[in-house]
Formats: sequence, C-alpha cells, structure tokens
Amino acid sequence: MVTAEQVWDALSEIPDPEIPVISLVDLGVIRDVGVENGTVRVGFTPTFLGCPALEVMRDAMAERIRGLGAEPKIEVLMDDSWSTDRITPAGREKLRESGFAPPAPREASAPTLVQLQSNVFRCPYCGSTETRLDNIFGPTPCRSVRYCTSCRQPFEQFKTI
Amino acid sequence: MRSLLEIADDELVLGWRDSEWTGIAPLLEEDVAFSSIAQNEIGHARALYELVARERGTTADELAFDRAPDAYRCSRLVELRLLDWEKTIARHYLYEQADAERLERLKRSDDAEVAGLAAKIDREEAYHRMHAQMWFDRLHGEPRFTSAVEALRPFVDAGRDEHTAELSELWDEMTMVRRSQPAGTKW
Repeated sequence: MVTAEQVWDALSEIPDPEIPVISLVDLGVIRDVGVENGTVRVGFTPTFLGCPALEVMRDAMAERIRGLGAEPKIEVLMDDSWSTDRITPAGREKLRESGFAPPAPREASAPTLVQLQSNVFRCPYCGSTETRLDNIFGPTPCRSVRYCTSCRQPFEQFKTI
Repeated sequence: MRSLLEIADDELVLGWRDSEWTGIAPLLEEDVAFSSIAQNEIGHARALYELVARERGTTADELAFDRAPDAYRCSRLVELRLLDWEKTIARHYLYEQADAERLERLKRSDDAEVAGLAAKIDREEAYHRMHAQMWFDRLHGEPRFTSAVEALRPFVDAGRDEHTAELSELWDEMTMVRRSQPAGTKW
C-alpha cells in the first residue's frame, strides 16, 4: 500500500518543465496529497493560468503515481491559494544559484511599477541591489528581466504572485 | 455565468490581438511583453470557459471555438485589429482599467470558486496594469496617443450584441485548425 510520504518523494523528482533546476515540490505548487483505497489524489495549482506546461506536469505526476502502483487523480486548483511565498527555502536557493532571483514576498496589495523600478531587487550573481528593471515580462509569464549595473549582468527575476 | 462568458470572450479575443505583435513589435522588449500578456489572457479565458462549460455541460474548447461569431459576448474594443502602436497602447490602457473594475466585483462574488479564480487572475493582471501604466506615462500628452484614447473610449461601454467585421475575420483564423478536423476530434 502506497503512503503519502512515498508520493511526496516521487513527486519531488519531477522538475519544473520551464525551470528544471527546481522540482514541483520545491515550487510549492503541489498543495496536498491524499491516499485512499489505492487512489492517490493530488491537488495542484499552476503558477500562472496560461502556463503551457500544465498538461506536461499533470501527465508527469500521473506517471509517477502509476509507477507506485496507484491510480492518480490530479485536481487542478485555479484559486488564489498558491503564492510565490510557497516556494521552499531550498527551492529559492536553487533558483538563485541558477541565476534566477527568487521572488519578493507577497504583500497585502499588488506590487506596483514604482516598486519594480526601485533598486531593492538583489542580483543573484553578485548580491548587489544596484539593479534596474529592463522588462516586466520575460521568457515565461513568471519572470521579469532585470540588469545589474554592478556586475553588468542581465538576470531573470521571479515575479511575486 | 453570463458575465464570466463575457470576460472569457474578451480575454480570448484580446489574447489573439495581442499575439499579433509577436515578431513585429517596435521594440524587442514589447515583442516579449505582448506575447506574454497574450499567453496570460488566453490562460484566463481557458480557466473561465472551464467554469462556464461545467455549468452548461459542454467543454472549454467548444465554447471558445464552436460558436458562430455573432454568438460571442466580447466587447468591440477587443475585436479591432490595431497594428498602430499608439492605438494598441490606448486599448491596453482602457481595457486594463475596465477589467480591473469587474475583477474587483468578481472577487467579492458569493461563489467561492468564482471569487478565487478572479483573485488569481487579478494577481496576473496587476503586471498588465503596470505595463499599461508605464506606457501611459510615456505617451501621455502626445497628440497621436490622446486621439487614439478618445477614438477608442466609446467602445468600452458600447454593448456586446453587435460585432465588427473584424471579429468574423479573426474567427476564421482562430478556428481554422479546429474546423479542419471532423467534429468530435480529441485534441
């Protein structure tokens, strides 16, 4: 009989399809795991609703669960209960090591342009906060592009959601 | 559910219009920005269609692509093909303002699922609003931009029963792949 712990372990081996340095568990998008009579139910939230990797992630989770000999039931939760604050400390460190600045904490109100244009965002390479916003948008919906005027490197900033 | 369908249709059609800048925007940053905004809007449309589809016993794809153009509930504002930068920015600015107001209303919905989805959509839209604000600050007071805003403003509350010929042209393009396969094909 499969346990929830075995399921979490199996899911922690699935990389994010767009940022493979971090797993779905590190990203905090797996909200809960329930095991009952050979069926494993997983509640899962996409980072952004337009995420093109949604089906890929759902299939990858289903495959891992079948690999444990259980029947998967993946529920996509489309509410506001996930935030970038749920990225684990280990996940944040993996992001930073790979040149993605981890997201700033979510605040009560939505982030503003003035905040994004201020120099409080830290360069993942040299640690300087002398960074400027180059583009609110980036290679995927979850990232912005910034430039560090200290070490002269462009880098990607995970958006706060 | 009727208002959800209106928003879904707006976001789908605007997503297609925004994606028309992919590859040809005047700045590379804007190519990235409008492509990303388009992707988000279509993602919102999908999530909203799924809620409506469940209620009506149909599917999100059927709602998005199998209705005739005159059955869509989108605003004429999003239907227009606007490949002039100042007009695109004018629409972006007007749309994001109107969208923010209705999302605030939906976030207070008694239906927890609707309120939750609206809250998630609004988190993403905050970045669209910042982008619209950034361009508004840049172009504010420029005559071409001012005229574009004034020309488009009447479309914001112009009703949803009448549609433009531009919607039919877009519909042809948008549904072409789906219509190329027999009805009932699994995608």
